[in-house]
Amino acid sequence: MDHEWDFAFLLDQRDFILRGLMATLRLAAACVAAGIVLGLVFASARLSRSAAMRFIGTAYVEFFRNIPVLVQIFWCYFALPILTGMQPDAFVAASVAISLYAGAYLAEIFRSGIQSIEKGQWEAARAIGFGHVALMRWVVLPQAVRHVIPPLTNQVMEIVKTTTVASTIAYGELLYSAKVLSDQEFRPIESYTAVGAFFIVLLTLVSLLSSFLERRLRRHV
Amino acid sequence: MGYEWDFAAVFRHSGLLLEGALGTFRLAGMAILIAIPLGLLVALLRLSRLPVISWLAVIYTDVFRTSPSIVLIYWFFFAFPLLVGVDFDTFTAVSLTLGLQTGAYMAEVFRGGIQSIRPGQWQAAKALGMGPAMTLRYIILPQAVRRMIPVFFTRLTELFKATSLAAVVSYAEVVQMASRVSSETFRPIETYTVVALFFFVVIFLASRLVRYAEHRFAVPE
Amino acid sequence: MSEVLRVENLHKRFGPLHVLRGINLSVKKGETVVILGASGSGKSTLLRCVNFLEMPNEGRITVEGKLVGRATTKPGVMAYSNAELNALRARVGMVFQQFNLFPHMTVEGNVMIGPMKLRGMSADAARTLAHDNLRRVGILEKAREYPARLSGGQQQRVAIARALAMEPSMMLFDEATSALDPELVGEVLLSMRRLAEEGMTMLVVTHELGFAYNVAHRVIFLEGGEVHEQGTPQQVLLNPQRERTRDFLRSHTLFRLPEPGGGL
Repeated sequence: MDHEWDFAFLLDQRDFILRGLMATLRLAAACVAAGIVLGLVFASARLSRSAAMRFIGTAYVEFFRNIPVLVQIFWCYFALPILTGMQPDAFVAASVAISLYAGAYLAEIFRSGIQSIEKGQWEAARAIGFGHVALMRWVVLPQAVRHVIPPLTNQVMEIVKTTTVASTIAYGELLYSAKVLSDQEFRPIESYTAVGAFFIVLLTLVSLLSSFLERRLRRHV
Repeated sequence: MGYEWDFAAVFRHSGLLLEGALGTFRLAGMAILIAIPLGLLVALLRLSRLPVISWLAVIYTDVFRTSPSIVLIYWFFFAFPLLVGVDFDTFTAVSLTLGLQTGAYMAEVFRGGIQSIRPGQWQAAKALGMGPAMTLRYIILPQAVRRMIPVFFTRLTELFKATSLAAVVSYAEVVQMASRVSSETFRPIETYTVVALFFFVVIFLASRLVRYAEHRFAVPE
Repeated sequence: MSEVLRVENLHKRFGPLHVLRGINLSVKKGETVVILGASGSGKSTLLRCVNFLEMPNEGRITVEGKLVGRATTKPGVMAYSNAELNALRARVGMVFQQFNLFPHMTVEGNVMIGPMKLRGMSADAARTLAHDNLRRVGILEKAREYPARLSGGQQQRVAIARALAMEPSMMLFDEATSALDPELVGEVLLSMRRLAEEGMTMLVVTHELGFAYNVAHRVIFLEGGEVHEQGTPQQVLLNPQRERTRDFLRSHTLFRLPEPGGGL
């Protein structure tokens, strides 16, 4: 009950923790980058004129979004190697799984961003004589970006949180480090509180930053 | 590669998987029971005119939305019981965690729904002589809830997928049972594929059902 | 005739804006009083203060002989309890510019909700009451429809029925026809006129000078948050004494000279 809080051991272990932090950031960065590429590709597929492409886009989104990321990580880590005959390390397995998962969400964000632009804008651009690419580049995307930034930031934050699931396959990110420290030092309270606090602070900062950017962008509308 | 798929081995252990599926549903059900009333309560606190109360609600939602679910699960399973001197079984710890976290998301859903109702509705009810509680009950919430259904359902699917994380504290939900089956049968591919399909099919069917219900009970607006 | 509403020295400020500057006003039973004034003259605010959708800063409001609120130590400033105000609002019907029907309820549901939840009426009794009032505004045939399927004029008549079902001692109309397409204004004004002729006590904010001329017993012209001029419609509309009233009437092209017999 009267727990004596003692965070001192965290300082002694700062190199270990720093390594965990770097692993978290590395995984998050890889997944955000790959997820955005996947998202753009499959969003275009869903907006394509070809029915087959639209089906592929929809199937991708529905499939990867509706399966828990933990199951996808396990699949990549435990099942895939048997099929390919190669054992990926935890980083590769986790980043493939989380990227595919995040890509499905990001595809929906990009699609609805582009679809949020009124018909009149497309028609006006075509009336001036813009082709499809020029129309996207100069008229639709600049407006869509503004609609996309808030949900995109949210999704990036979700991805950062999702990296913790990689601890289940012993990828040495922050949560895994906390787990190790907690067992080593018999200090679960401090370890898990610290890792929770870290995410709360980090993501709160990200969200503050994004609402600041959003306000600056809105000034020009 | 020529891998020979063999689902028969997995289905010989279908008892375990079914038990796990049941655990998954139990967990999701309990978390929903916590999350919905909590979400409504926090939303109302957030909309309170007293700044202290609405700030508390903001802190609550922000803390739970910026913490990774899995970190919260560890915290409520390993740290919280030590702090307060109670012993949680895994079901209590995980359903409480997911209930509290989903409650934070639900609070934002409720708040958005309530705020989307035009002020004229409040005024008309007030002019009839209704107090705030009655207005909320008969005028505002029935309209807000209808608009919330899609986002609400999104939250439920996220919750349903998040129950898989209970595996990290060895709660007998479907992923935990699957890893047991997988290590007994040496058939991770088939086992995790079955589990992935389980989630996909449940969520996919539920989403069709919700879409149908939305259409069926729509009110012209 | 007894007095239904008395307003004494009413003040309302929005921050630095002094919108109502000591309004005095009295409405007798069965009387229809029309409030005219340019936008920003405070006429809507006055109406909304009468049933406390806006809280007056100062002044006394008496409804059916009962003073609303309790005096405080500050002279002219009153304190009100929520229960008292809700009970008052139930006795004073209000119709808004934007109708504000409840979109998730049918037309009859909109009219029934007040009597059921606030007056403890059974569903059957409330339905009978609702149908009576929908008939009164000539829209009974739409009882089972949802508001979104109705024209603006029809919606506004439902809103009138909704207020009437509370069997109010007086009705407030806040620019009830301003949001309507021109061709739909007539049906709503006709319902309002019938109501006035039935002897309902009414306080009406409107720009429809024809309605004021033909239906009102008294016309009040508001300017700068004060009662600038008042009298019978003939006096105020045909023979205004003050310059601002004349300016206002000149700028209202809608004003047509009354025809004999006075149809709307």
